[in-house]
Amino acid sequence: MTSATANIGALPREISPGRRAMRRLARRRGAMVGLGVVVFFALLALLAPQLAPFDPLATSWSAVRKAPSAAHWFGTDEIGRDVLSRVIFGARASLLAGVVSVSIALAFGVPIGLAAGYVGGWIDGLISRMTDAMLACPFLILAIALAAFLGPSLTNAMIAIGISATPIFVRLTRAAVLQVKVEDYVEAARAVGNSHLRIALRHILPNAVPPLIVQATLAIAAAVIAEAALSFLGLGQQPPAPSWGSMLNTAKNYIDNAPWMAVWPGLSIFLLVLSFNLLGDGLRDAFDPKSR
Amino acid sequence: MGSYLIRRLAQIVPTLFFVSVLIFGLQQLLPGDPAMILAGEERDPTVIAYLHQKLHLDEPLPVRYLYWVGGVLKGDLGDSQRIQKPVLDLVAEKLPVTIELAALAIVIALAIGVTAGVVSAVFRDTVWDYAANVFALWGLSTPNFWLGIMLILLFSVTLGWLPASGYVSPFEDLKANLAAMILPAFVLGNAIAAVLMRHTRSAMLQVLSSDYVRTARAKGLDEHVVVLKHALRNALTPVITLGALEFGTLLSGAVLTEQVFTIPGFGKLIVDAVFNRDYAVVQGVVLCTATAYITLNLLADLAYFLVNPRLRDSVR
Repeated sequence: MTSATANIGALPREISPGRRAMRRLARRRGAMVGLGVVVFFALLALLAPQLAPFDPLATSWSAVRKAPSAAHWFGTDEIGRDVLSRVIFGARASLLAGVVSVSIALAFGVPIGLAAGYVGGWIDGLISRMTDAMLACPFLILAIALAAFLGPSLTNAMIAIGISATPIFVRLTRAAVLQVKVEDYVEAARAVGNSHLRIALRHILPNAVPPLIVQATLAIAAAVIAEAALSFLGLGQQPPAPSWGSMLNTAKNYIDNAPWMAVWPGLSIFLLVLSFNLLGDGLRDAFDPKSR
Repeated sequence: MGSYLIRRLAQIVPTLFFVSVLIFGLQQLLPGDPAMILAGEERDPTVIAYLHQKLHLDEPLPVRYLYWVGGVLKGDLGDSQRIQKPVLDLVAEKLPVTIELAALAIVIALAIGVTAGVVSAVFRDTVWDYAANVFALWGLSTPNFWLGIMLILLFSVTLGWLPASGYVSPFEDLKANLAAMILPAFVLGNAIAAVLMRHTRSAMLQVLSSDYVRTARAKGLDEHVVVLKHALRNALTPVITLGALEFGTLLSGAVLTEQVFTIPGFGKLIVDAVFNRDYAVVQGVVLCTATAYITLNLLADLAYFLVNPRLRDSVR
């Protein structure tokens, strides 16, 4: 008996599925590079006032459309503003839009999906048809329409992107709930008298978390592009505040004599989106190794 | 087939109903009196009174919805405040341009995406597979409006090979039309090619490990015949049906691409409408897009049903 206890004590401690997934993630080079770049941009956004060499709004008529130089590493724009400083401050709008709009989508999508999957019946039918209707409107076109009716601003762009991204989270949560709610442990939780709310939140929702984390990461990538697209169309961040999308909108008019105005903000969007996609792909493989 | 079609059509009705509610609801987001906003900056009291009467703004919301949806069912999507033309006429006028752009983009996407997917699956875990996956990630992460600007810089400004913007009808001058459309079509097809590559790769990997492909190889067939005739033909069915779902990406991309290359299509129509606060046009475009998406989804489902004998048998 004593030796058996000692043997059990000697067994390695069981690792939780979440920690196992994180270990698998840490072994994926692409995902780690992605995470590194995301952290880099997050630091850039947080420390923008300290890192930017110039005021991003300060104009200089003696430095209009100057090519990259030692003074202005990324060159200057059509009214002499430093492009590097604007790119650094632009990271704020992009990351803010990515995180806030996906938070809005999660805040609405998860409870609605949970209700649809758990309650079922006509509520599920109603929610599912409403979700289908929203998914029938292409993401960016719906966001453009919402931003148009709400009025052009970064806040409204984030709301529009968040609402447009909500149906995906409704579907994802609903599917995860439907899969889990017939499991024996949920039946057991019900049999011992747990309330519906407790069963939904404590026993069912945690199982939907891994796919939600993966989707949220990929959705941030989509939201960053969507914010840049809305700002490019003039429906997001309003001038003179810096945003990569609005910088590209101006840059396209000067492409023949100041191409650097377009190169850097576009490259920044590409790198940030690529990093979130790499991280999302890595998370998907880490949570579900069979999906590779 | 008949019962499947009826069941599938029955599912569409509530979706279309909610689409109409969503699009009608957009108007409710306007702060204050919609007639004041729709009347433009002059705010002519006669126009405001006319809009109140025309849009039934003094009626309760459900009644207004019924009037609006009744008009839509009769093909009346309202009038453009700016151009003073029915929205349906405007959509019909701009749609052919976007259809041409979308068709060219799909051809490019299929050519690049399917080829890259096949190469990636056949040469799994080699440098080709790695390159194809990098291409897919690149395609998915590149904002197409930026890619458009960069291609203008390279092919129009630096090399001077292609026009930077503008549109010529193919009936006027086919060569000039293709020269103007090739860059935007490539930009639009690029992101879809990446998605198609991923679908093709996973479908091909599945098919290549199936028994009938092993049998074909055991018979001593040439590898090209095995890959192209036996494997690809079967792998393409899910690729094409899944590809049809990319219609939304195509239209969203068209909005931005048409803006970059100044192409007078469907996308430019909605952007111009947004800036001119031409809300009826915005609503009309979203409604047409959603209806087209639902229809295409239905057609893709039916195509999948028709070519998949196992699915047909399960319904019998």
